[in-house]
Amino acid sequence: MDITRRRLLVLLPAAAVAWKFVLAGTPEAAPNYKLTEHWWGMLIDIPKCIGCGSCVRACAEENDVPEGYYRTWIERYHVTDWKIERPEVESPDGGKQGFPPHADDGGKNFFVPKLCNHCAESPCTQVCPVGATFVTPDGVVLVDKSYCLGCRYCVQACPYGCRFINPKTKTAEKCSLCYHRITKGLTTACCEVCPTGARQLADLKNPKDPIHEFLKAHTVQVLKPHMATGAKVFYNGMDGSVR
Amino acid sequence: MSNITASCDIHHRFREAYLVSKYIAQFGAQIRAEGIGAENPDLFKDIEHLIRLAVVIAVALVAFVLLRAAVVPHSFGQYGHYRGAAISEIASRPVALAGHATCEGCHTDIVDQKKLGKHVVVACEACHGALAKHADDPASVQPKKLDTAVVCSRCHEANSAKPKDFPQVATADHSGGIACDTCHQPHRPKIEAAKIETEGKK
Repeated sequence: MDITRRRLLVLLPAAAVAWKFVLAGTPEAAPNYKLTEHWWGMLIDIPKCIGCGSCVRACAEENDVPEGYYRTWIERYHVTDWKIERPEVESPDGGKQGFPPHADDGGKNFFVPKLCNHCAESPCTQVCPVGATFVTPDGVVLVDKSYCLGCRYCVQACPYGCRFINPKTKTAEKCSLCYHRITKGLTTACCEVCPTGARQLADLKNPKDPIHEFLKAHTVQVLKPHMATGAKVFYNGMDGSVR
Repeated sequence: MSNITASCDIHHRFREAYLVSKYIAQFGAQIRAEGIGAENPDLFKDIEHLIRLAVVIAVALVAFVLLRAAVVPHSFGQYGHYRGAAISEIASRPVALAGHATCEGCHTDIVDQKKLGKHVVVACEACHGALAKHADDPASVQPKKLDTAVVCSRCHEANSAKPKDFPQVATADHSGGIACDTCHQPHRPKIEAAKIETEGKK
């Protein structure tokens, strides 16, 4: 077959398309990890939290979180007497360097660590117009950086304020439940460093996980249950003033 | 007043429905009378125009299907309305925190120290920071020396929001800002009687 100008013009784009398919290949999954065998969540034991900020620092190091942004943070609640609907909440630098000394000023004081709730019916996933954010088959809400347009719909849709736009990449970012760690058999960065065991990673599909016994024996709550988001971060001993 | 309007409205609608059904009946009768196809050869006189249109639509459809196959990533829709390959891409990121099990593989002396005190439950990287790079290459990547006056107070600075049974001090009163490891050994923080005698203040 002679290569005429006309044939070359047809062949070149065809070859380009074919080459793209060759390069794409099949992605390799994490070895020995089966998506269908897990359903991830987290347990947060509020009475154990000392507000040291280890989780916030570890998260920032593990996930290269930009300064001034938080994938997880700690809030200090101060509830005076009966004013349960008017709690005073502070979170200096997300609690990254711990909290300044604070004398007993009456009322109730406690720390609440926050992070993405990895909702089973997540509002952020439902509003994404391009399929850049999704719930994985093992129950983790992730962001596909290469697909995200940075339109911010998800940021305003999250009822827990867990998302932000990364100032460098201009794409949506959030807690990934250290997906690159838990699929390798490690725990999340925040759970790894928590000195009091206030945070515990939980695999709800694993019948041997201590979470099941804990949920049975304790008074456990999720944040904003009335929104029916299917939140999977369970709070033990949570006061009614927590928003 | 409102009753009168309502009855007028219903009357009007009935009339409308009657007129429409009458028109459809007339149109049907007309088609039956004239016939389609065999009795009326002029109907397919300009069929080429229709074929040309059909070809254009078919070509556009094929082009759309081909383009879509080329542009949409392979794994899109594998698990849902997203790129399935993104899952393994995110999972394959390198870790920054090695995990205490990795640290304990080499630093057995520290493990023995920690076992004697309350800090046995505290993971190495809670104070020392992310050190997976050190674990990969212990010779060239060395952890930073810690300032115990800062590191210890993050957990042990007195705060009314901390659990009452958690050991906490107001560092200004307790030590006046001097480094905690002047007296305490961080891996085994309780000061033994002998050490207090020799090294002074609590």
